[in-house]
Amino acid sequence: METDQLIRTLAADNTERARPVGFVLALALVAAAPVSVLMFVATLGVRPDVMTAMHNPFFDLKFAVTLALAISAIVLSLHLSRPEALLRGWALLLLVPAGILAAGIGGEMMMPQRLPMMTRLVGHNSRACMTAIPLISLPLLAGALYGLRHGAPTRPAVAGAIAGVLSAGLAATLYASHCTDDSPLFVMTWYSIATALVAAIGALVGSKVLRF
Amino acid sequence: MREREDEWTGLMRLAISGDSAAYHRLLKAVTPVLRAAARRGLARAGQPVDQSEDIVQDILLAVHLKRHTWDANAPFAPWLFAIARNKLIDALRRRGRRIFVNIDDFAETIPSEPAAETAPASEVAARLQSLPARQREVLQSIAVDSASIKDTAAKFAMSEGAVRVALHRGLASLTAKLREQS
Repeated sequence: METDQLIRTLAADNTERARPVGFVLALALVAAAPVSVLMFVATLGVRPDVMTAMHNPFFDLKFAVTLALAISAIVLSLHLSRPEALLRGWALLLLVPAGILAAGIGGEMMMPQRLPMMTRLVGHNSRACMTAIPLISLPLLAGALYGLRHGAPTRPAVAGAIAGVLSAGLAATLYASHCTDDSPLFVMTWYSIATALVAAIGALVGSKVLRF
Repeated sequence: MREREDEWTGLMRLAISGDSAAYHRLLKAVTPVLRAAARRGLARAGQPVDQSEDIVQDILLAVHLKRHTWDANAPFAPWLFAIARNKLIDALRRRGRRIFVNIDDFAETIPSEPAAETAPASEVAARLQSLPARQREVLQSIAVDSASIKDTAAKFAMSEGAVRVALHRGLASLTAKLREQS
């Protein structure tokens, strides 16, 4: 086919209007979310003392951190779905959840504690945390990658890693309502490891499926 | 260069708002620039420059299918060159060379008409054969026989809407097949 012929064909197809990437990503996440929620409810479920726990600011802080992580990763992944996007300052968005977490750790340090620092950090649920967050995040990761395929990321591995962070943030939001370890030190350690794991999976898969 | 790029941005805004003639003009205007950059990239990678047309068509298809990722408030050229650079790197890598492609290769490129020694593009045509019959017929009718959507609809006893769908799906699966080979 001559290039002129191709150009004429593309012009003839100009009537087709594609949806914005954000719309497709939102739709894909909404479709994937019930699967993750079902996995969570069927295996772990919300902790029984949730009504009391809600009065504990460190319980609530977990959701601030995980949601801030998910939201900043969503914004970042939409930015990276444009081919000419540069990472530069945008990566600083991920400092928002880190900042909230750091403030939480500072706050906890200033309060009298029953348990020593290392005990709070190690907690009781580290293994569950590192297993549940990645597993629950998988359907969300699949949804996020599907949605981002609609974009044009020129660095597919980075975009995939951010999709991993995004889905880990959402999965961790679910998991946080189950876990009885509320110390920000626990969150900093185990949630981060779980998130890094999902980000690595996202980078690996993304480098294959996000190429356009 | 500045003027040229402003003109492109204007044309792309019209194209996005549904002006197919503007879109056609835009694609015609960027093609010589893409061709020159592709030839330069091939030359630098020690590859025969007459292979440029396949790369140009690959870029044009990506531009077409990803144009919704262009922000109408941003200049068009950086977006175009990012796509082109990405496709050029892919193409060179596929040909067995890993090479750094500078974005300036595009921005400062002097447009190049198809030279006499340019080999005709063969990849798109080859992939065309593996499309479902309906999509292939519609694509060929519009591309090769220069038929309009309306004429194509009449020829195959399809509705114009069905022709549009077949055309779009055909272009999308062509692009997917081109990607698979890399």
